[in-house]
Amino acid sequence: MAVTYEPIATYTVPSAQASYTFTSISQAYTDLVLVVSGSNSSGDSQISIQVGNGSVNTGTVYSTTFMYGNGTSAASSRDSTQSWAHVARLDTTLGNSIIQFMNYSNTTTYKTILGRGNDATLTMATVSLVRDTVATNTIKLQANDAGSINFTTGTTFTLYGIKAA
Amino acid sequence: MATFIKIATVDLTGSQSSIDFTSIPATYTDLCIKYSARTDRANTNSDIYLQFNGVTTATYSFKRIYGNGTATAASDGLTNNATGGFAGTADGASATASTFGNCEVYIPNYAGSTAKSWSVDGVNENNATSALAALYVGSWSGTAAITSISLKDYNAANFVQYSTATLYGISKS
Repeated sequence: MAVTYEPIATYTVPSAQASYTFTSISQAYTDLVLVVSGSNSSGDSQISIQVGNGSVNTGTVYSTTFMYGNGTSAASSRDSTQSWAHVARLDTTLGNSIIQFMNYSNTTTYKTILGRGNDATLTMATVSLVRDTVATNTIKLQANDAGSINFTTGTTFTLYGIKAA
Repeated sequence: MATFIKIATVDLTGSQSSIDFTSIPATYTDLCIKYSARTDRANTNSDIYLQFNGVTTATYSFKRIYGNGTATAASDGLTNNATGGFAGTADGASATASTFGNCEVYIPNYAGSTAKSWSVDGVNENNATSALAALYVGSWSGTAAITSISLKDYNAANFVQYSTATLYGISKS
């Protein structure tokens, strides 16, 4: 049976840091899955993500739609024309996020990112659009847009590749 | 190297009150349970919850957001619940015959020495007005490695025949 779910890279935050970048991501897969387990230093925040080829696109090419519940009420909101995709979820308490990059290596379509984020405050689903057709081989994660808060020590980022065949 | 490895599958040939995975090895990075379930609860759906390591103290917290085919969305949650934490949905006895709920439970860093979290995407389909699509998040404040997981109906109903659950281990190397 073909292997369809392979680890590409993993990183454990050794001490508080604001961002981490996966580079030279193999183009041999169909989709990517990024699993984040950990927390940040400041509180409620989405994980800010930029993608690109060779370097990340820092233009205002990202938009995100959110759906979330906090245990009492549910809501939806949207960010558009942003310089970061606001994907999934982190908090100061332990949480996890599963982020899927669909058809990341094609060079003809804009890219879609699906996020499922969970922490002590919210459960959240996000979908982000990247208005860029380059194949993604670089993914930058930052604890917030401004880089003013950190991923905490022990937070893990693991990138998997998924093959359709 | 294959990283999404089946640890165990439970296929029900009759009714039983829980689906249990025991003696889970600590050799993986994350765990994932995919299950298809129906219960004998007299309702169109059942809330399924999980327990880790047989713990029944007030250590589970969870939240949920859902759409049921009528309301656009609603959510609820409990903190420090002793019974367990919500981990999906199954069709109940009032649902259309032969329909089952389907859920994926993801548990990262299950063998670590910190508190554990899980997330769930779940649906039940009823081929009628009432159905459910839901997202869940939960946390367990226990710091022991997870060595067993039990899935149960929140209203103490039984899982029925043809319900199935598979536990996978996911390795990062």
